[in-house]
Amino acid sequence: MSEGHGPRAAIARGVLAENPITFQILGICSALAVTRTVETALAMSISVIAVLLGSSATISLIRNEVPRSVRLIVQITLISTFVIIVDQILQAFFWELSRELSVFVGLIITNCLILGRAETFAMRNGVGASLVDALGNGMGYGLVLLVVGATRELLGTGRLLGIEVLPLVERGGWFEPIGLMLKPPSAFFLIGGLVWASRSFALRAARQEDAVATSTSLVEDRA
Amino acid sequence: MSDDVDRAPKGWIGLRRLPRESDLRAVLVSLIVCLFCSAAISFTVSLVRPYKEANRAREQRARIEQIVRSTPGLAELIDTGGDAQLEVQVVDLETGRFLPDVDPGGFDPVTAARDPEQGIAIPPEADLAGLGRRARWALVYRVQERGRLRLLVLPVEGKGYVSIMRGYLALEPDLRTIRALSFYEHAETPGLGSEIENPAWLAQWPGKQAFDAAGEIRIAVARGRVDPGAPEALHRVDGISGATRTGVGVTQLLHFWLGPQGYGPLLARLAEERAPGDREDSR
Repeated sequence: MSEGHGPRAAIARGVLAENPITFQILGICSALAVTRTVETALAMSISVIAVLLGSSATISLIRNEVPRSVRLIVQITLISTFVIIVDQILQAFFWELSRELSVFVGLIITNCLILGRAETFAMRNGVGASLVDALGNGMGYGLVLLVVGATRELLGTGRLLGIEVLPLVERGGWFEPIGLMLKPPSAFFLIGGLVWASRSFALRAARQEDAVATSTSLVEDRA
Repeated sequence: MSDDVDRAPKGWIGLRRLPRESDLRAVLVSLIVCLFCSAAISFTVSLVRPYKEANRAREQRARIEQIVRSTPGLAELIDTGGDAQLEVQVVDLETGRFLPDVDPGGFDPVTAARDPEQGIAIPPEADLAGLGRRARWALVYRVQERGRLRLLVLPVEGKGYVSIMRGYLALEPDLRTIRALSFYEHAETPGLGSEIENPAWLAQWPGKQAFDAAGEIRIAVARGRVDPGAPEALHRVDGISGATRTGVGVTQLLHFWLGPQGYGPLLARLAEERAPGDREDSR
């Protein structure tokens, strides 16, 4: 795993190397529930990114003022505030979408991903770094949701964002939609597959790095 | 600046003079965070209120349309542009009379209920729906064909387990048989009480009898499943498991709105007005 510095490397870590879903196994609940279509997955991802940015920035801003005894309550209060604001905006401007997401917007409060970033990162780092970390993790979460959402919508209905991509049998095409893809368990299988794929990929990369490291150290030893 | 800063290297204003882990500091920080959060939420809520109200109005129209469309033959009647029309009228609940001079567009029952002039307090013993107050008037929707009633849609509301549930009750022309029940607004527990929105559950309502032969209000949500052989099955709908209190709320609000405090006077007057021939038909 590369330990780079700077905002770019920090975002890349959140999206790939330390992806909240596939590596930290956080935020699974909503990833299972709202990934039936690309549209809901996208709306959920944007909501989570907005809440993450807001909560990380404010928590980082007051990190030196908050006594340890009340820090979790303060964090959850701030996170809830941003979740309520996002929920209200969805209800006002994206009514249909908010009905489809139903409780899962409210449940962002209990998404461990957000409290996790607040407690492990925003409480210890400056506002700028916390925003970058929030963006990286939010995008990492969003990427997994979109991949799962796209797979489920494509294989479950033959469409992407409501537009027909695979010609359906019932309209003279060849594609028979897979009903299972529209049910929550399919997200479970897909996320399991993603976790396995990305972890074994990372493991191989790490082994290669190790191999390179040992061979160079051997060379150094001999020298 | 001051020397008594205890492990609080950076910070603002007077707070930094307090030791990091003091109780006073915990209280002050919590207070400031709470004030900030409530201000942010209040601001957002007041900002989006007009949009949410527009959404609610759209949802109400959609529900009424859905009820009309689900009634056999009615949609075609309206579409052909004949005599049949879906019309909205203001009704005086106490006398049961329509008020043709009042513009329905300018009347909002929710605001009217709170108004000291337009609303009245419901006597506690009669307040089955747990509303506290109600408007003196109500908006009623009906479809008439050549002067004869085809469908009557009554707005109903009442307290469920955790929220006020608002919806529509549609009655057949005999004013006893339920045509449909539908909710457009509630905040019952998702997955349990929220099943009142489930089309499969709502599909049990059409055909149920709201009253018995003696005119008593008998309609109710059962506890558990309805035994189809039981004599009262005509008046019962399956309960929602895990949401007993929501079911009781639905029963109570129907009893309230069909009773003397609700549309009782209107229903009595409409039944009287029907031609004797009609009455024979419905028996």
